Amino acid sequence: MDRPSFAFAYLPETPSQTAGPYVHIGLIPKQAGFDIFENNFSGDIAGPSVQGERITIEGRIFDGAGHSTRDVLVETWQANAAGRYNHPADGQRGALDKSFRGWARTGTDFATGVYAIRTIKPGAVVGRKGRRRMAPHINFWLASRGINIGLATRMYFGDEEAANAADPVLNIIEQPERRKTLIAPRSERDGNIIYTFDIHLQGERETVFFDV
Amino acid sequence: MAMRRSDEAARLTSDAEFHQRDRTIHPPAHTPVYKTSVLRSPRIPLWSLQNSLSEVTGPMFSPEELGPLDNDLLRNYAHDGEPIGEQIIVHGYVLDGNGRPISGTLVEVWQANAGGRYRHRNDTYIAPIDPNFGGCGRMITDENGHYFFRTVKPGAYPFRNYVNSWRPAHIHFSIFGRAFVQRLITQMYFEGDPLIPHDSIIATIPDKSAVERLIARLDLNAALPLECLAYRFDIVLRGSRQTLFDNKLHGS
Repeated sequence: MDRPSFAFAYLPETPSQTAGPYVHIGLIPKQAGFDIFENNFSGDIAGPSVQGERITIEGRIFDGAGHSTRDVLVETWQANAAGRYNHPADGQRGALDKSFRGWARTGTDFATGVYAIRTIKPGAVVGRKGRRRMAPHINFWLASRGINIGLATRMYFGDEEAANAADPVLNIIEQPERRKTLIAPRSERDGNIIYTFDIHLQGERETVFFDV
Repeated sequence: MAMRRSDEAARLTSDAEFHQRDRTIHPPAHTPVYKTSVLRSPRIPLWSLQNSLSEVTGPMFSPEELGPLDNDLLRNYAHDGEPIGEQIIVHGYVLDGNGRPISGTLVEVWQANAGGRYRHRNDTYIAPIDPNFGGCGRMITDENGHYFFRTVKPGAYPFRNYVNSWRPAHIHFSIFGRAFVQRLITQMYFEGDPLIPHDSIIATIPDKSAVERLIARLDLNAALPLECLAYRFDIVLRGSRQTLFDNKLHGS
């Protein structure tokens, strides 16, 4: 196909396709049932030298029939305990925790439908253009069979009421009751801090998803 | 509100922002032709967010994290011989929407074996598991954004959509780019596959010219003579404003 050769002939993005039912083979092969790589990415990213409060995020991902899915890939991306992302675009000096990449990957369990991420609670992140800080949050990205293009959302922390009330992203969501779909309540179990974050792909309690 | 000094240093520069995603070239969430999407598609419109640091950053990976055979699907799971099937090379470039190569980014692939069977506990298709084929690989793009891997050409297989729905031969790709908003999972198809026009997953893409960009072309120049054929598949992730504009965003 001929394209005009002027300065703003941008390249169109490669189209997305579903990750399919066997996404685990490529991205979490141990869940698919085999061992192939020496170094595996995982949902447990709070290594011993990482600074910050140890937390577990767990939940289920429901489809429009209210069924908890058993095959969804869950990835999370977050700042460290000081609110800095491990990435060159984040220019905060001195706050980098080199032992913490900030990215986790897991899947909803084939039997129980539960996913779990073991990480640290992030700090508040500088907002757009350096303005007020965003409340601590974790960026989620979901892919699976039946999801044609990855779904982006954010999890906020139930014990950060004041920060959540001032968060610039939560506040653009028109319906206050829908903001609650992004806020995970905190609890304690066997000495571990648990944040429960259930995601509803569709239905009355549909989670807020973002076009980022 | 007064700005902390560290906040000022962390401010998002306009050139770090990404172009709005053109969703007309992607499949929408709700595509009845692919039945599983019906109950897994949000019905409320996505809330559009301007980029913040949470969007323009993303995980980085280094080649040291991968093993030497990770991009060689002919050998990375071989136990007592080579996998069965037609050996091929797949290669291409990862670029952004500005046409710039994306170096140092993680590319992960997975696929069925030559008979169309996945090494996955949930796959029960009649084709046999190949004891020497795992079906996954990963690599980091070089300084030119180039990636390559060896594998066997995957087979077609049926799936429960309509009763006689078959997937064309394909390889799944997962790519990161430099920011979490560039994250992409897609599938690569093979030039000339007669199942392409019949596939319900491909049919979720409304733009037929976009489908063409998922079809790898036979690349005879990259073939190894008397050894194996090669296919070329270039991947484009979202572009950013980087280097295009020096002016700052309005307001601050």
